[in-house]
Amino acid sequence: MCNCGENLRDQRYTALEKTLKKYRHTTGKIIPVLQEIQDIFGYVPIEAIREVSRELKVPSSEIYGVVTFYGQFHLQARGKNIIRVCTGTACHVQGGGKILEAITDYLGLKDGKMTSDDMMFTLEPVACLGACGMAPVMMVNEDAYGRLTPDEVPAILARYDENRKQKDDEKCIA
Amino acid sequence: MTAITVSINGIKTTVPEGTSILQAAAGAGVHIPTLCFHPDQEVKANCRICVVEVEGRNNLAPACATAVSEGMVIKTATRRVLAARRTILELILARHPQDCLHCSRNGTCELQQLAAEYDVRYNRFPRDEWQLPLDYSTPGIVRDPNKCVLCHRCIEVCTAVQTVNALGLANRGYDTQVVPSIDHDLFESPCVMCGQCIHACPVAAITERDQIDELMEAISDPEKVVVTQIAPAVRLALSEEFGGEPGRLRMEQLVDGLQKIGFDYVLHTNFAADLTIWEEGHELLERLQEGRNLPMFTSCCPGWVRFAEVYYPGLLNHLSTCKSPQQMFGALVKTYWAEKMGIDPEKIVSVSIMPCTAKKYEAVRPEMIDSRYADVDMVLTTREIARLFRMTGIDPLKLAGAFPAPWMGEYTGAAVLFGASGGVMEAALRTVCELQGGTLEKIDFCDVRGMKGVKEATVYLNGKPVRVAVAHSLSNARVLMEQVAAGESPYHFIEVMACPGGCIGGGGQPLTRTDRDRARRMQAIYDEDRGRQRRKAHENQEVKALYQDYLGSVMSHKAHELLHTRYTLKRKNT
Ligand code: SF4
Ligand code: SF4
Ligand code: SF4
Ligand code: FES
Ligand code: FES
Repeated sequence: MCNCGENLRDQRYTALEKTLKKYRHTTGKIIPVLQEIQDIFGYVPIEAIREVSRELKVPSSEIYGVVTFYGQFHLQARGKNIIRVCTGTACHVQGGGKILEAITDYLGLKDGKMTSDDMMFTLEPVACLGACGMAPVMMVNEDAYGRLTPDEVPAILARYDENRKQKDDEKCIA
Repeated sequence: MTAITVSINGIKTTVPEGTSILQAAAGAGVHIPTLCFHPDQEVKANCRICVVEVEGRNNLAPACATAVSEGMVIKTATRRVLAARRTILELILARHPQDCLHCSRNGTCELQQLAAEYDVRYNRFPRDEWQLPLDYSTPGIVRDPNKCVLCHRCIEVCTAVQTVNALGLANRGYDTQVVPSIDHDLFESPCVMCGQCIHACPVAAITERDQIDELMEAISDPEKVVVTQIAPAVRLALSEEFGGEPGRLRMEQLVDGLQKIGFDYVLHTNFAADLTIWEEGHELLERLQEGRNLPMFTSCCPGWVRFAEVYYPGLLNHLSTCKSPQQMFGALVKTYWAEKMGIDPEKIVSVSIMPCTAKKYEAVRPEMIDSRYADVDMVLTTREIARLFRMTGIDPLKLAGAFPAPWMGEYTGAAVLFGASGGVMEAALRTVCELQGGTLEKIDFCDVRGMKGVKEATVYLNGKPVRVAVAHSLSNARVLMEQVAAGESPYHFIEVMACPGGCIGGGGQPLTRTDRDRARRMQAIYDEDRGRQRRKAHENQEVKALYQDYLGSVMSHKAHELLHTRYTLKRKNT
């Protein structure tokens, strides 16, 4: 069996079709459909919104409202690891801005992009992580890191960075 | 129904169960401010400006969404209430652009009025404007999302009244926005540019695309011959902008005023409305005879045409191929009329004055160049013309009156009817019935008049029953279209106008809040029809001359070339 991206794409769209068929003409069930779509793609592609609108006969303006209302849905593909960095008052005062900068530098994020090109990380600035005593704070997936300094950031992120690890391994072998 | 007695600011009042505090207060002569509330819509209760104090309740109650209960003691203007209202206004204003002085709703804005009413003199909150780009993607309307106060009134009109579903919400909490579907351009949404959301909006977040500058440029160019057509619904409503009852402005006064502004020739869309009836009436008889593409739908409303193109592309063969009166007029003014008057069509600027924002779009549809020029160069709405009169210091109600130019200025009562829902139908019936021979005794078809959403009638042609229906507001059109799609339509001929009440309630008309106001304009239409000497389209002498001198006959090859059109699927973010 071929394992290339194309095939993966096909599989996802077959799954989408199946989901849509299941919910066809069930106008009230937008949220479960969207959840399944998010499970299939990792996010809710705009094209899928159009399909849901057609199949469930719900205006796309309404579906879009639901997708953007709930934090659980995402319109863009997200990276494998989610970095939440605090921009709350306490963290701000303790130099949270510098932490944010260190992260964007490490990930090479430009022009308001929030996901690294290799899809390894997505950065999400949040208002307050509720750990103000440890400011400045960031979380990678479920792990919290407090009293950070900018120079600690690359080492922490490298732990989650499979691509980088692989490259390092290759270097060792060579 | 149980009667309930409450006290509002010490005034005892008795109202039926289920009445809101807002309604009860209005009945007792007590004013409570509102913003998200709209008299013809569902209660939304999202702005909270209407809060009042209710004895025994800890928090303030939104008057629009709280039903009265027996013995309720309500206070609408305590210190606490006024402070809350002012805080709400300060919060809204902190996000709102402060450019009232050059805002199109300066003087008619509900937010501006509230700020004045509640004496907001400073703002404790830091300014935090959206700074989003304006949406100029459609030729008909412009959205300024920065001005939106999130009342949801436009969403309701677009969704419930029009079932177009062009607008929706995005995000939540502080980040909530009203956006065209899936947050793309309005032109990529299913928007039909009917402009009903303009009437619904309390602020200037949605407005018509203003073309006054373009017009003034043409008028001031000595090389150009500026010719205008006026639609029937414009004159009736224009009086309201100058403090008169609907219909008080006489047509002669409007013609006079437009000539004073600098239009070289003033003509009438009504002429083309009569012409439409000749063509469309024959088309209907032909289809009835052949049993082809029935029911036939009228096609003079560009909002409706676009709705069909977006939502029912498989049924477009049911639409009459007749262009709207505006576009028939446009195709003729640079051909027939130019020839008659000996004017070089190249020099003609064809301006149309319409109650409608969708007409701005219709004029730029790529098909509309059958005169080999742009058939209609620009479209100004009733509101723009009112502004133009104010700018030029003309009060049209005070003018003596003047007459339209020849060849395309005559019109009958039937043409006037086009301005109200049911009017095209009534005008068509008057002619079609007489084309079968004989003279109609009663020419008022009252069944197709009024504000009911779907109106029906049966007429007999050659002894055979012909069932007709009239729908206004696109939600009603959708019902009739679904019947056709299911193969269950009992009708032969259907008139659709996108706007509630028809063009008298069009998106370019003086701002209109309720269906009551629309009904008053409708009455003015019927009054004018009754007052006209000729009331049937086929009695229009100038139209007869047009056929004799230029087109040959009804539905001739030339008539097809200039007066008919086609429709195509429009793929949008439905
Ligand atoms: S112009 Fe009409 S169709 Fe377009 S958004 Fe407004 S109400 Fe909806
Ligand atoms: S655009 Fe106007 S009508 Fe629509 S939600 Fe905003 S303020 Fe209300
Ligand atoms: S009903 Fe009249 S005003 Fe409304 S969109 Fe149609 S043509 Fe325009
Ligand atoms: S401000 Fe950063 S955790 Fe609260
Ligand atoms: S008018 Fe009552 S909450 Fe907006």
